[in-house]
Amino acid sequence: MSKKNSEYLINRKDNQYEVVIGLEVHAQVLSESKLFSASATKFGAEPNTQVSLVDAAFPGMLPVINEFCVKQAIKTGIGLNAKINKRSVFDRKNYFYADLPQGYQISQFKDPIVGEGKVILDMPNGQKEVGIERLHLEQDAGKSIHDLDPQNTFVDLNRSGVALMEIVSKPDLRSPDEVSAYIKKLRSIMRYLGTCDGNMQEGSLRADVNVSVRAKGSKEFGTRCEIKNVNSIKFMQMAIEYEANRQVDLIEEGKSIDQETRLFDTKKNETRSMRSKEDAHDYRYFPDPDLLPLEVSDEFINELKNDIPELPDDKKKRFIDEFKLSPYEATILVSDIDTAKYFEEVVAKMGKNKDMKLAVNWIIGELFAVLNNKNLEISQSPVSAKNLAILVNLIKNGTISGKIAKTVFELMLDGDKDPQKIVEEKGLKQQSDPKAIEALIDKIINDNREKAIEYKQGKEKLFGFFVGQAMKASGGKANPQLINEILKKKL
Amino acid sequence: MSDITKQSLTKLVENIKNKKLSSADVTKAFIERSEKSKELNSYITEDFALALDKAKKFDQKPNLDLKLPGIPMAVKDLFCTKDIKTTAGSKILNNFVPTYESTVTENIWKEGAILLGKLNCDEFAMGSSNETSFFGNVQNPIDKDLVPGGSSGGSASAVAGQLTPITIGTDTGGSIRQPASFTGTVGLKPTYGSCSRYGIVAFASSLDQAGPMAQNVKDCALLQEVISTYDPKDSTSIDFKRNQYSKELNNNIKGKKIGIPKEYRVDGMPKEIEDLWQKGIQYVKDCGAETIDISLPHTSYALPTYYIVAPAEASSNLARYDGVKYGFRANGENLIDMYEKTRSEGFGAEVQRRIMIGTYVLSSGYYDAYYLKAQRVRKLIKNDFDEAYKKVDAILTPSTPSSAFKIGEKTNDPVSMYLNDIFTVPVNLAGLPGISIPAGHDSKGYPLGLQIIGKAFDEQNILNIAYAMEEKIDFKNKITDWWIK
Repeated sequence: MSKKNSEYLINRKDNQYEVVIGLEVHAQVLSESKLFSASATKFGAEPNTQVSLVDAAFPGMLPVINEFCVKQAIKTGIGLNAKINKRSVFDRKNYFYADLPQGYQISQFKDPIVGEGKVILDMPNGQKEVGIERLHLEQDAGKSIHDLDPQNTFVDLNRSGVALMEIVSKPDLRSPDEVSAYIKKLRSIMRYLGTCDGNMQEGSLRADVNVSVRAKGSKEFGTRCEIKNVNSIKFMQMAIEYEANRQVDLIEEGKSIDQETRLFDTKKNETRSMRSKEDAHDYRYFPDPDLLPLEVSDEFINELKNDIPELPDDKKKRFIDEFKLSPYEATILVSDIDTAKYFEEVVAKMGKNKDMKLAVNWIIGELFAVLNNKNLEISQSPVSAKNLAILVNLIKNGTISGKIAKTVFELMLDGDKDPQKIVEEKGLKQQSDPKAIEALIDKIINDNREKAIEYKQGKEKLFGFFVGQAMKASGGKANPQLINEILKKKL
Repeated sequence: MSDITKQSLTKLVENIKNKKLSSADVTKAFIERSEKSKELNSYITEDFALALDKAKKFDQKPNLDLKLPGIPMAVKDLFCTKDIKTTAGSKILNNFVPTYESTVTENIWKEGAILLGKLNCDEFAMGSSNETSFFGNVQNPIDKDLVPGGSSGGSASAVAGQLTPITIGTDTGGSIRQPASFTGTVGLKPTYGSCSRYGIVAFASSLDQAGPMAQNVKDCALLQEVISTYDPKDSTSIDFKRNQYSKELNNNIKGKKIGIPKEYRVDGMPKEIEDLWQKGIQYVKDCGAETIDISLPHTSYALPTYYIVAPAEASSNLARYDGVKYGFRANGENLIDMYEKTRSEGFGAEVQRRIMIGTYVLSSGYYDAYYLKAQRVRKLIKNDFDEAYKKVDAILTPSTPSSAFKIGEKTNDPVSMYLNDIFTVPVNLAGLPGISIPAGHDSKGYPLGLQIIGKAFDEQNILNIAYAMEEKIDFKNKITDWWIK
């Protein structure tokens, strides 16, 4: 596929439009306690059970920074190949809302903890670099619940004060597919680092999506609209598609685009205006006088650097170099930390005489199919890495055929059974005794003399018939390679 | 019994330790006097019955090793006190009972003191005359219808009127030192970061600091020793070596260099203040110290700077009083309507004025011209002091540009009210310690104070200077008990 063909463009009569997208991803910091208080952060707790006096903004309460969250943000910055700012400042973003108890959110405005960085996306037509503008730490707000009572709104402050990392990309993304790849890559990096669980259903990862369009080839950016708080990749893609087309339609009609904040209605699959630029909040940012500027030393950063595990890009390179995997296979296997862990465990358990290709095929093929069917994560796999390694080895050393292996695999799914035992108990061991196979084949040729003659006269297709008969006679256990060799000799 | 309330804290502690007085004797005496002094309106909340119970309990098993053994005291109603209503002088917190204790008051109770009640103050500590309190004016024990100063007006009135042997106030721009000066008492504003702000209703976070108020310097030193602790719950609390301020108190200040800043000689300052200052200079010289003329060139910018920084922080700090979680709530048609009605009815005029000023100076398009510029000027003001302290050990100035004024005299003129803080505000902006001691009387017989400003963390030094001067000045407060019928 040429690069040109893969371009995502919106076509109208004579005009082609390019879509420019930038994301502000809000990633919940994986931490037991909140950014400025000791309250727990467990998902799904009873409303208002994880709220301290600080989170509820009682008079005289003061924020104290959670060092662990700072470390998590710095680690994420390192994972994004970004500049770590040794001095950063917490600011107050002031606005009134019922689920914002302080009347301001503590965030970082002018001096974020992490500066410019980049991530590499693996797209079908090659790699693409996406710039990171910044990453900053901020507090989450609580939750307003409007549908429990006809008259009243309820407020749950469990989320209030939970640490978020806002990761702002440069406007480098050009299509819904790139957005998908970008989110998946960010998620992957943070899961490798253990800095965010990336769970979109639970709201641990959500994004504000900035979309603008421009005539293909134009260097100037169009007016952008920001679609707030989209919480799935699918919705992001749908929202972008709708929004880009809406903007193109406006331009085609000779109208102008208003810079505004919009909402994505997932039911109607459309974006709707939330507030215009004129109505935008004046957040009156200023440095939070309750907190000193955050200063971190080189030693502090270096210690964290030493703590960074192998990240997906490096792992992929190693898988290709060390295990001779194809880039495609490597990309799949490193995309999620749990998949990579599983694969590496299989590799380790296979021992010395291992068949890497076979192992990869079994993971990407059979195992993924089962996980997909059962809607399971690889961490919940019914077959452990150890037993899959044994199974692959059984194939590799000729104990069972690939076909029998599929039967064994089916049986392994129930309670992660040891394939060795299954093979023994069910008598599935491959017959590899040439004499026994020879005897078997002699009998078959004898029973099918006419077909044997036809074969000799040139009807080569009949070879398959004899293989099938031999397999059948052995109950599927005969070594197929031996059958082939002996048949060729005998016929 | 009647002379118990006239005793200094030091004397009361001594008498309790020597078992000449019980905690109950002392507590009863202050309660009785407080009961007779309702006209001063010093208290917002009285907790007398419980105080007496606690005193009796203390007497049953007295721990005389404590620094404040069984000493009753009332505190400014800006400190959150567990299970005792804490209002900050505002209608919006009229029904607020904290479930927690401020670090500063916690420190006091740990040393054996007993809470008498909560003292009146300007609403959210915004005022210089205690006239902005939702709970009404406070009378100055010096004279009828005289303001006690503010915002710690109830605290100053209660100490001067001997309703409490000592107290604590908070000082954001002069709120301890100015009322101390107006009532003939001693008030210390410690270095920013010396006393924890945890549990103190915030006004302007980068300026707020709790501090002791007392009849004399030694009592003040003892209380400072108790309240100043490093507190990890306040990120701006500073972990420095704190002195045993009362034990280390020393009146030998021979050879100390005292700076006299020429910029504090402001236009329109009454001659009485200038004379007082000159007398002060003579006192320190008499004590063997040397005075040196210095310059603090950015002094005239301090007040405008303060009136940008403090309201800016206040506008944000007071956003939490929205009727949603606690405190006063007015019913509204919807959320916004509820906010507007709650805050319009719950906050008084001065607080609303400052919220609006603060919101304005932080708003987009004005931020650079006001807030950012103010922060830069603040740095220059601090640099002025840093420069001065290369040459001197402390600085001597008047505490206020005038003596106490009449209730209502300045209520319609906020700027003239703000000018009261002209000598105290630079100290907060620079985060330095400052102490006001009574140094004389004006022609009306009203007390006047002098301020000694120290280097950061140098409380011991300014307490020592104040202690030495106090001896020379031999100030006698003229309390006539005019309010007791």
